[in-house]
Amino acid sequence: MDLFFFKLALMVYAVATVGFFVYLYTLKSEAAKGAFYTLLLGFFCHTLSIAFRWKEAGHPPLTNLFEATSFLSWALVLGYLFVDRRFPQAKTLGAFVVPVATLLLLYSSFCPKEILPLPPALKSFWLPIHAIISLLSYGFFILAAASGVMYLIQERQIKKKRLGGWFKRLPSLEVLDRINEFSLKIGFPLLTVGIITGAIWAEEAWGSYWSWDPKETWSLIMWLIYAALLHERLAVGWRGRKAAWLSLVGFLAWVVSFFIVNLYLPGAHTYVEWHG
Amino acid sequence: MSNGTVKDHIILIGLNHRTAPVEVREKLSFAGQNVEPVNLFREIPVVREALFLSTCNRVELLMVSREPEAAVEMSKELWGRTNQIDPALFEPHLYYFRNEEAVRHLFRVAAGLDSMVLGEPQILGQLKDAYRRAAERRATGVILNRLLHKAFSVAKRIRSETGIGSHAVSVSYAAVELAKKIFGDLSDKQAMLIGAGEMAELAAQHLLNQGVRKIIVANRTLSRALELAKEFRGEAISLEEIEDYLLKVDIVISSTGAPHYILTADQVKRLMRPRKLRPIFFIDIAVPRDIDPKANEIENVFLYDIDDLKAVVEENLAFRRKEALRAERIIEEEVLKFKHWLEQLKVYPTIVALRQKAEEIRRRELEKTLSHLKTKLPSEDREALEVMTKSLVNKLLHDPIIYLKNRYHQDGQQVVDLTRKLFNLDGEAPLKDQPPRVILSEELDELKKH
Repeated sequence: MDLFFFKLALMVYAVATVGFFVYLYTLKSEAAKGAFYTLLLGFFCHTLSIAFRWKEAGHPPLTNLFEATSFLSWALVLGYLFVDRRFPQAKTLGAFVVPVATLLLLYSSFCPKEILPLPPALKSFWLPIHAIISLLSYGFFILAAASGVMYLIQERQIKKKRLGGWFKRLPSLEVLDRINEFSLKIGFPLLTVGIITGAIWAEEAWGSYWSWDPKETWSLIMWLIYAALLHERLAVGWRGRKAAWLSLVGFLAWVVSFFIVNLYLPGAHTYVEWHG
Repeated sequence: MSNGTVKDHIILIGLNHRTAPVEVREKLSFAGQNVEPVNLFREIPVVREALFLSTCNRVELLMVSREPEAAVEMSKELWGRTNQIDPALFEPHLYYFRNEEAVRHLFRVAAGLDSMVLGEPQILGQLKDAYRRAAERRATGVILNRLLHKAFSVAKRIRSETGIGSHAVSVSYAAVELAKKIFGDLSDKQAMLIGAGEMAELAAQHLLNQGVRKIIVANRTLSRALELAKEFRGEAISLEEIEDYLLKVDIVISSTGAPHYILTADQVKRLMRPRKLRPIFFIDIAVPRDIDPKANEIENVFLYDIDDLKAVVEENLAFRRKEALRAERIIEEEVLKFKHWLEQLKVYPTIVALRQKAEEIRRRELEKTLSHLKTKLPSEDREALEVMTKSLVNKLLHDPIIYLKNRYHQDGQQVVDLTRKLFNLDGEAPLKDQPPRVILSEELDELKKH
């Protein structure tokens, strides 16, 4: 049942992606509306798929790469729906975010999907809390990166005085910068809590809060980058291009931490050992 | 001929910014005349419908007449006489369009394709006003009503399906469009005007219309600054105060006559920290320039000079011209549709006559039958008979009417004539039934003998 809804969600997201691209190209509000409702439908299927899997497995479906990536995609769409309500001027954001959510889901569809018994180390009250909060924070960092990319494109159009299709299609710099800041302000506290809960859990499981395993190290790097960005934004008044670039650097650290560390470097988060 | 073969012609006479100088246009606009032009033209006996459009770029008269040559001559004569100008003087500036061409021209005008600024939207409003004036005076009829409504919907369709109306095509609008892409919402933003000048004031006015919170005016002569500040309900400051105010404002429109830069890139750079890196948009429309062009390289500083803005406008115009080609295709499509409607209009009297005749026969025969019946039918039975006879007539007439409508495009008047003869629609005295010749027996004998 969970895989049925998973596949359905993947297909509906793909349709929504096309819809957002059509909107980006034509700027017809019907396209935006259609894409938005398609996305909602996909999100509904996706939620069902996660719920069914949770029920079937008897534990939170956050224990291997398939489940984590699928949940991340879900978190990203949730974050997007949130931002979209708050910044209705930035309708073209969907064309940058929804494809990423779709690709994440597509990627997860290639991972092994069997439900395996929970390894003893993961049998903990902290599993859902730590994993859900961390993955939610990633969703908002992806949103920050997407708005950062859009900001950089738009800023370049205006600086180079090329006011063509991109200039027309992308929202104003101000809105893009505010989306970037907004996502950061939600993502950063979530990441902080995620790291703290992870440390508490590690202490319970292995008797040590911090053991510099690769995932911990990279999460700390991410945390430092986003902390610096937030500090500069709030204290110095950084905005615009520099902030956009730094949120992209943070995104890069996330890519390393999520895809490379999880798959290739041994540690508590290495998903390969569970299905290897 | 009263058999529906008379043709209504749509005629358009006019002159515009391309064919006539403003001195001629204004003389023909009835300005200062104490008459309503629509009434005037409507009173010409051969004119069946009329509409008069007068804007600063065009004066046009749209008419429907069955005698087009006479209508043109008489309206021209009247036009000249009322405005006290010899028709020979404006004759060379006039353009004439008839039927399909008139329809096409009107559609192009409505969509802004014939305007001085390609795709500008005001003309549609002016055309609507002209139509309202004409319709209120009952100067329009079936054809112009339909034509004008069609023109409005064509203009709307072109606006939504092509980019003809998108992108600013004036320097001041281009500046406002940019400001909106930098700041998003302008309602919490302040603008500063340094120096004055037509273009700068226009840009300031546009910004105000877009909701800018406040305009600050700096000028060499304080009295002029005060005057402008009053006009924009803003604040006047002296040139010395500019640097302080640069920390507060978001948009700067500069157009002083200074021979050198009044703001260097270094000065601008030093602003940014105390501004907490809030973006600032400089619109430098002065020649020579007021602001060091290098300032554009500073982060969160956006600087456009007059040439940049003109290039933007030129690019946008090129885009509109490209979109205009698509608009022309839509117009051709719609002209064709309208032509079909007009042609159908010509067969309408015939269709109406056909229906009337059939209905008359139906009613007469039904009454006859009912009155001959011995028992009086209950009302639901009568109703059923009504329905039955009506549908009989409709079904019988359906095919001839479709045939008429469709074949008219190919065979023209011939089809109408045939139908009218076939159903005897024009017979003043209805033809008598010719009883079949009865051959008498004597005659028959005669024939046999031979």
